Amino acid sequence: MQQPKLLVVFTWAFLVIWLIAAAFPFLWTLWGSFKVESDFFSKSDWKNALYGVNTIAQTGSPFILDAYRGTWIEESFWLNAINTFLIVIFVMLVSLTFGTLGGYALARSGKKYAFVILMAALIFRAMPHITLVSGYLLPFFEWGIWGTLPTTVIVLVAINQPFTLWMLHSFFLSIPKELDESAMVDGCSRFKAFRLVIMPVMWPGVVTTALFSFLLAYNDFAVTAVLLSQDNLTMVPRIASFLGTSQTEGKVMYAVAAVVSTTVPLFLLVMVFQRRIVSGLTAGAVKG
Amino acid sequence: MKDKHFIMFMAPSLIAMLLFIALPIVSVFIQSLHIEHEQVIVTSQSCGPFGCTEETSVDAEATAALKEADPLGRFAGFQTYTGRNHLATSEVANIVAESSSVGEFFSDLLNLRFYKALSFTVAYTAVVTPFVVLLGLLIALAVNSVTPVMKGPTIFLTLLPMIITPLIGSLVLFWMIDARGILGASLANLVGDPNLSLKASPVLTWIMLMVYGIWHSAPFAFIIFYAGIQTVPQDTVEAAMVDGATRWERVRYIVIPHLAPLVVFISLIQLMDNFRVFEPIVGFQSGANATSLSYIIYQDLRGNEMQLFGSAAATSMLTIVGIAILVSPVAVKTWRDFTRKVI
Repeated sequence: MQQPKLLVVFTWAFLVIWLIAAAFPFLWTLWGSFKVESDFFSKSDWKNALYGVNTIAQTGSPFILDAYRGTWIEESFWLNAINTFLIVIFVMLVSLTFGTLGGYALARSGKKYAFVILMAALIFRAMPHITLVSGYLLPFFEWGIWGTLPTTVIVLVAINQPFTLWMLHSFFLSIPKELDESAMVDGCSRFKAFRLVIMPVMWPGVVTTALFSFLLAYNDFAVTAVLLSQDNLTMVPRIASFLGTSQTEGKVMYAVAAVVSTTVPLFLLVMVFQRRIVSGLTAGAVKG
Repeated sequence: MKDKHFIMFMAPSLIAMLLFIALPIVSVFIQSLHIEHEQVIVTSQSCGPFGCTEETSVDAEATAALKEADPLGRFAGFQTYTGRNHLATSEVANIVAESSSVGEFFSDLLNLRFYKALSFTVAYTAVVTPFVVLLGLLIALAVNSVTPVMKGPTIFLTLLPMIITPLIGSLVLFWMIDARGILGASLANLVGDPNLSLKASPVLTWIMLMVYGIWHSAPFAFIIFYAGIQTVPQDTVEAAMVDGATRWERVRYIVIPHLAPLVVFISLIQLMDNFRVFEPIVGFQSGANATSLSYIIYQDLRGNEMQLFGSAAATSMLTIVGIAILVSPVAVKTWRDFTRKVI
């Protein structure tokens, strides 16, 4: 099928512009994070950031790691990285355990209440996270559990449940009912059938859902910024707290380095799991 | 599946959602009916050689004790809702009575905290959602026509704005459009106005935030459309070609109708997500020119002197009402479809 020339040109031009818009900001920030502030933020000439004119003048080298050193060591960003790691791991573990059980039940029950739960989950999905947070804050203060990592984990798990349930529900629908039913005819209980027959085949769906749980926990700002105490902050709210102080102290490059450091794991994740992310997002829409 | 088993499988998830989503909504409602205790004022007389003067001062200890005894604050009914920082009923009535033109009415209304946030939230949702659908469709059509080898890398780059932490995505763009950043400085050079600042003008701030929103969410629409395009029935397309349909006609009459259900899905998700716009306002530090409902709740919760739980809760309840209005048409329709299927 021959495409008209003009259309091909337009398509390519459009695509190239979009790809630049999508990717260039990240490249630019990565490049700039190895420069001094007067290069990355240069009013006179943007090419300064490209060649690092001031960076060479001030330090003698076009690439410097000062910002990273400042962020990770001076500002102890590694503590925040550990907090993020802990929160993300536990949110993934708990929300997938809850979600697989619930999603399986919703997929296998044809009853009206299963549908009611799915609709309720959809409405819960629409709740802005910060409105829920404003409900937690006062009780959490009163009970003395505000500011700790476990509290935040369980809150993120709950906020994540509606999405996890929907996704795993539509995934379990794609596993034929006959599989576990025949196991039950052969004398397995419901739980045994789930454990022996369903668990071995559910991993593709679980891994995809795990990716999205990871993204939700890793990218969250509203919940972690309000529910965690200063010592327990994860990376994203910590970056926000850099902004308040850094602008005045001329430490904005610390924030730039922190931003780049936080972005790297996400890039690796997309590179490795691109196919799964695409198939996961489409599964919900096209099939269900 | 037996009811007993259903409950056992469902319990952990259900309990988590009830405790941390349903109950907080109740808690928010109760909080919204209360306001902070008034500070306890003590009046003391101090008498000097020139007569006695009365002095008033805040009794910090008594105020703290009051807060300790009843942390919710005192009951206020719907006072917070109608008060100046929320629906501001009396102020709005004043504005209606006094403003002579529609433009004046709106500019006065936008000075009120709640309406300022509401107007940006609604405008953001209304503008970003259709543009996301449109841009996502265009990208999907374009990516679909590139050679198979190029598809992997193009999809990878396209996914980046969506996968990135919203706060970080907005910071990265914010630094570029800063007056000293590459885009901000180049634009100032281009226009020839060295003092041009995208941050200072409300209109430019709004546009900037909306551009960010479209940039951030277009990949989501792209993925859904891209998958939809893969399932376009090829024999229908071929039949149309045999009948002499042009390329545009094939897109218009086969591809777009095939993708129409996806438009509903994307719009629904986008309406929900855009209505809670929050991180970009923190990232772009645009609080002076544009705020959103989520942002003013955050402001109340992070208050410098004291946290205004009552005020945050009232805004939260109003936000939930807004969400309900947005989502109800779709929920009602899905419910009807379901009951029809069952009967």
